[in-house]
Amino acid sequence: MQVNNDIKTVNNLLEPQQWVNKYADYLYAYAFSRTNDEEQSRDLVQETFLAALQGISKFEGRSSESTWLTAILKNKIIDVYRKKSSGLNKRKEVEDAEFEQHDFFDQEDGHWNVAYRPKSFGIEHEDPILNKEFIRFLQMCMQKLPTLWLSVFTMKHMDDESTKTICDELNVTPANFWVIIHRTKVNLRACLQKNWK
Amino acid sequence: MNRLKKIAYNCKKATFLIEKKQIGTITLREKIELKIHLSGCVICRIFQQQSILINRTVKNLFQLPQYKTMKLEDDFKKELQQRIDKEIKKTL
Repeated sequence: MQVNNDIKTVNNLLEPQQWVNKYADYLYAYAFSRTNDEEQSRDLVQETFLAALQGISKFEGRSSESTWLTAILKNKIIDVYRKKSSGLNKRKEVEDAEFEQHDFFDQEDGHWNVAYRPKSFGIEHEDPILNKEFIRFLQMCMQKLPTLWLSVFTMKHMDDESTKTICDELNVTPANFWVIIHRTKVNLRACLQKNWK
Repeated sequence: MNRLKKIAYNCKKATFLIEKKQIGTITLREKIELKIHLSGCVICRIFQQQSILINRTVKNLFQLPQYKTMKLEDDFKKELQQRIDKEIKKTL
């Protein structure tokens, strides 16, 4: 009896037969906006649906079907971040970016070095989302960041995750988190300035 | 050099505080230090404006039409649908 009831409840709330039709494009775009990788995004959508099917009995109906599926996808994206930023490349990538960092500020007194001083973009008071060129450069510059930095940056600024969650999931200390947040922004801004003419 | 004077001239520290202030909390002392720095440093004021601009843009990135109109290929969807149908049959 219990089993029948469970299936009935689940069937009322979840319609897995409709998932591809209703959510595949949305989840694909969501994954792509966070990974910038088409093939990976396709895999993530598939993994999300399969994981959701396996966990169907755990769905309690507290959130909507789409919110529930997005949450599963989010966790899968974090797994990707973790894998990508923990390999052999991680140290090298971060070292390169940190070396570049020395140039931004004078090592002695922390002044901006002349070549890297921020200059106005001339659009500081516009709605940046309307500026296609700015968006294009921003996305390009984000892709140049070391994977760990981009993961921290995206989780914080796109997904508004708590600092604690980010530190736990990506295995960084709170002190290191703030260093990454700072360095990422200085790098990103400098990259924008270099391309913005 | 005392501590206040040090931050008043230290752009690296000031930009760090600008970042921390936007997404976390900084102490009252740090707030005052930053205010003093920014009142005298036009370069870091530009940095702050642009940092806010970048954060605001990234926050709204997913709302862009380029993501809203993204579609998976039909073939991939068809295969995915078949796979899901198969899985559903297995569990029932």
